[in-house]
Amino acid sequence: MSTQETSAETEDAQPETEPAGSSHQDRRMQEKRERQAERDRQTEADAEAEAAENTVQIKVFRYDPEVEGKQEPRFDDFHVPFEKGMTVLDALIYARDHFDSSLTFRHSCRQAVCGSDAFFINGSQRLGCKTQLVELEEPVRIEPLPHQDVVKDLVVDMQHFYEQMEAVEPYFQEEDLPDAENLEEQRQDPENREKIKMSSRCIWCGACMSSCNIAAGDNEYLGPAAINKAYKFAMDDREGEDLKQHRLNILEQEHGVWRCQTQFSCTNVCPKDIPLTEHIQELKREAVKNNLKFW
Amino acid sequence: MHEHDVIVVGAGGAGLRAAIAAQKAGADTAIVTKLHPVRSHTGAAEGGINAALREGDDWELHAYDTMKGSDYLGDAPAIETLAQDAPEDVIRLEHWGMPFSREEDGRVSQRPFGGLSFPRTTYAGAETGHHLLHTMYEQVVKHGVQVYDEWFVSQLAVTDHDDPEDRRCHGVVGYDVKSGEVAGFKANKGVILATGGPGQVFDHTTNAVSCTGDGQAMAYRAGAPLEDMEFVQFHPTTLPSTGVLISEGVRGEGGILYNDEGERFMFEHGYANNEGELASRDVVARAELTEVGEGRGVDDEYVHLDMRHLGEERIMDRLENILHLAEDFEGVDGLVEPMPVKPGQHYEMGGIETDENGETCIDGLYAAGECACASVHGANRLGGNALPELIVFGKRAGKHAAGEDLGEAEITTGRTDETEPGEVDSPVSLGAVDTSDEDVAADGAAIEGESVVEHAVESERERVNHLLEKDEGVQHAEIRERLQKAMTENVNVFRNEEGLKTALREIRKAREDYQDVYVDDPSRTFNTDLQQTIETRNLIDIAETITLGALARDEFRGAHWRQEHQERKDDEWLKHTLISWDEGSPDLWYKPVVLEGENKTYEPKERSY
Ligand SMILES: Cc1cc2nc3c(=O)[nH]c(=O)nc-3n(C[C@H](O)[C@H](O)[C@H](O)COP(=O)(O)OP(=O)(O)OC[C@H]3O[C@@H](n4cnc5c(N)ncnc54)[C@H](O)[C@@H]3O)c2cc1C
Ligand code: SF4
Ligand code: FES
Repeated sequence: MSTQETSAETEDAQPETEPAGSSHQDRRMQEKRERQAERDRQTEADAEAEAAENTVQIKVFRYDPEVEGKQEPRFDDFHVPFEKGMTVLDALIYARDHFDSSLTFRHSCRQAVCGSDAFFINGSQRLGCKTQLVELEEPVRIEPLPHQDVVKDLVVDMQHFYEQMEAVEPYFQEEDLPDAENLEEQRQDPENREKIKMSSRCIWCGACMSSCNIAAGDNEYLGPAAINKAYKFAMDDREGEDLKQHRLNILEQEHGVWRCQTQFSCTNVCPKDIPLTEHIQELKREAVKNNLKFW
Repeated sequence: MHEHDVIVVGAGGAGLRAAIAAQKAGADTAIVTKLHPVRSHTGAAEGGINAALREGDDWELHAYDTMKGSDYLGDAPAIETLAQDAPEDVIRLEHWGMPFSREEDGRVSQRPFGGLSFPRTTYAGAETGHHLLHTMYEQVVKHGVQVYDEWFVSQLAVTDHDDPEDRRCHGVVGYDVKSGEVAGFKANKGVILATGGPGQVFDHTTNAVSCTGDGQAMAYRAGAPLEDMEFVQFHPTTLPSTGVLISEGVRGEGGILYNDEGERFMFEHGYANNEGELASRDVVARAELTEVGEGRGVDDEYVHLDMRHLGEERIMDRLENILHLAEDFEGVDGLVEPMPVKPGQHYEMGGIETDENGETCIDGLYAAGECACASVHGANRLGGNALPELIVFGKRAGKHAAGEDLGEAEITTGRTDETEPGEVDSPVSLGAVDTSDEDVAADGAAIEGESVVEHAVESERERVNHLLEKDEGVQHAEIRERLQKAMTENVNVFRNEEGLKTALREIRKAREDYQDVYVDDPSRTFNTDLQQTIETRNLIDIAETITLGALARDEFRGAHWRQEHQERKDDEWLKHTLISWDEGSPDLWYKPVVLEGENKTYEPKERSY
C-alpha cells in the first residue's frame, strides 16, 4: 500500500494532540495511527485463529492515550504457545514479538531482581518473570498495578512511589569516610546484619504499595516499601543512636507508621518475602519507646 | 537542551560510582539512563567483589592472579590499578552502609572464588550486586546528582574531524521513553559511557534484556575503537531453560559438578586436577560441554551442580538466593536435589578502548564498567573482578572527567606508532552498507560545543521520524532473533572457522535486512518498539566486532577457543584486537599487550588449575 493512497482516504482525519512537529509529519503520523488501529483489530483476529491446542490464553489490558482505538481501555486476547517453565513475562514477550509489537510493558532482568515487571495478574500483584503460567487459571488476566496512573498498556507511572522511597532519607548519613591510610571497615555484629537482612532485599517493584488500601486512600502515606527502607537504616547499628532517633522521627510523622492498619496485604504480595507488616509493627513499638524517652 | 558539566550515561555500578565521584569533585553531574537506576543490571550480580583486605593477601597477589586469569592479555597498569584501588573502594562501600556478610568478629566476610590464590571475594549473601547498586544509588540521591531516568541515549554528539583522535565529544542525544521527546544533553567537561555489556547478542545469556551494548556501539560509530571483543565469557553454571545464573559462590562454598554417570568430572576426566570446580570459568565451561559432547551429559544438554552436602544452615546463610532462583526458574529444590546447569553467555571482556583513567581516544569521551575495556580481564575474567572494576574505574573516570589530575596514563589509546594493521580472510565483503543515518554527528569539523549537540539532535529526530513513519518492512524482533541464534550456534564456547564465517554471513544479512526495518507502533508514548529497533542496530554492530575479531585470532587463549588452533601463540598474539568503524565498515588493527607493571614484568606462563 502506498502512502499516497491512504493519505487521500484520510484527508479529514481528526487532529490529535501530540508533540510538536511539522504539520505534514503530523498528518502522516495520524494516518499511521489509524492504520495501526485497523491492524490491531486484525491481530486480534489472527491471534484467535492461532489458538491451537498447546497454547495459553492471556488477556492483556491495553491503553494508549495517543492511538485511536486504544484510548478507550480494553483487553486483548493472545494465544501463546506453551512450553514447560514458561512465565507470564515469557508469554508477554512472545505476544509482543510475534503478534503485536506495540504491546508495552517494563521488564529487564527476567530473574526477580530489577523490580520492573510487577503487574496485576489474576487479581493479585506479582512479578511477571517470577510467576509460572501453570500456576494460574486460564485465561490469565494481566493488568497494570492498581492505584497507579497508567502510562500505556501495562506501564504505570512510578514517580510517586520513588518520591516516597526517597522521602525517608534512605542513605547512610555519616560523612566521615576512611582514607587510603586508614582502611578499616566498621564492625557489625552478624546478628545485626541478620536483623536488617530481609528489609535490605527490596527491589522497588511497587507491588506492596499498589496492594495497600491505606496508601490508596492517603496519597501522603509513606507506604510499606518506604517504611521498610527506613527500617533497614533505623535498625542498622552502624549508624548510631542519634541518627536512629532522626529516622524514627521521620517515621512517626502524621503519614508515617501510625497509618498502617495491619491488613497484611503488602506482606502477602511482596515477591521478596519481606515481612513488611511485621517491620512496620516493630517500628511502631520503637516509636512508642522513643516517645516515652523524649516527651 | 540540557546542560551539565559531566553527563554519565547509564546508572549501573559503574555509572553511579562515576557520578558520585564527579559530583564530589565539584562538577555539576547528571545521569541519563534508559532504566530507573535501581533496575540496572548490576543488581543481578550475585557472588561478590574482590579486594585484598586481609593479612596474608595483598594487591600484588590480586594483580598476579588477574594477570594469569587473563591468559596474559590484560594490561599490567590497569590490572595493578584495579588491585591497588579495590580495597579502599570496597571499604568505602561498607562505610556507605552496604550490608556485607559478616564474620563473628564483625568484619566483612570473604570467600574463595575461581582462579584466586586467596579467599578475597567479599560478598553480601548471594546478592552482592543488588546491595552494591542500591547502596550507591542512595549516595547519588544524597549527593543530589540529577537523574534523567527512562531516557534512552541513542547517539553521541561528536565532531567529525577525519581522524578520530582529533574529535571531541560535546554531549549526547537522548530520547525520553515516556513522552517521545528527543533532546540534547550538552556536557561541558565530559561524557562517561557506563552502559554495561552486550549479552543480548546471544540468546542464552545471564544478561538482562537491557544489555544491548548501546554505549559500545555508539562509541564505535563515533570513532572510538572496540578492543578484544572476541573474548566473551560463558559462565559454566546457568540454568538451562532461562540462562539465570547460579553464582560461582556455590562452587566457592564447596558445590560439586557431576556428569550423568555421577562422576566428579573436573577431576575424574582430568580437566583441572588441582582446582577442580574452582578452575577458572573458561576451563569449567569447556569441560562441561565436552562431557555433554561425549555423551555424559544429563538429558544430553547439561550437568549437575550439587550443593546438598553443604547443609541447610550454610546454604541459608550464604546462598539463600540460589535456592530461590533454582526453585522459581527451574522448579528444582537445591536442598534436596542437584541443580541442572550449562554454560551461558555472561560477560563481554572487550569493550570501548580506554586508558586507566577511563578516557578514550576521543577528547571528552570516557567509558567505565562492562562497556569499557581498560583491559583488566584480558582473555578471561576472574569471577568477582567485574564489581571492583565498576567502582575503581567508575570513580577514576568520574574524577578525571570532572577535571581532577590523575597523572599521565600508561596505556595508550587510539592509533600510535605501535599499532599494526590487521587483516581477515572474510567470506563477505565488509564494504559500507547504507545505514541511512550519520555516524559522526557534526557536519563540519569547525563547529563546536552547542551546535554539535544541536546537529546531533536534528539528525536523531530525523532517524526517529523515519522509523516511526515507515509503514512496512521488517520488524526488529525478527532480525534480532536470527542474529542471536546465529551467534549462539557459531560464536559460542567452541569456535571454528566455518562457523565464524557462517555467523559473519548472517550478520551481514541482518545488516541488510535492517535497511528495511520499521516500527509498527506509531505512538510517542513509551514506544518500546522504537527503542528495541534502535537497540537491534547496536546488536548487529557488536556481533560483527565479536565475530570478526574471533575469526582473525587464530589461536586458543582464555575464553577464545579455536578448533583448528589448539595452542596459545604468544609470539604472534600477545596483542589486543582493535576494531574501528571506518565510514560504514569495520577496520581491524592491533596493539601490543603491556606486561610491564610497577615493580615487575609479568612473564606469560602456562595456565594450569
Ligand atoms: C547474573 C550476573 C551475575 C554476576 N555476578 C558477578 C559477581 O558476583 N561479581 C562480579 O564481579 N561480577 C559479576 N557479574 C558481572 C557484573 O555484574 C557486570 O559486569 C556489571 O554489573 C556491569 O555493570 P555496569 O555498571 O557496567 O553496567 P549495568 O549494570 O549493566 O548498567 C548499565 C546501565 O546503562 C544504562 N543504559 C544502557 N544503555 C543505555 C542507553 N542507550 N541509554 C541510556 N542508558 C543506557 C542502563 O539503564 C543501566 O543503568 C555478574 C553478571 C551477571 C549477569
Ligand atoms: S517491599 Fe517487596 S513488594 Fe514492596 S517494593 Fe519492595 S520488593 Fe516490592
Ligand atoms: S524482569 Fe526484573 S523483576 Fe521481573
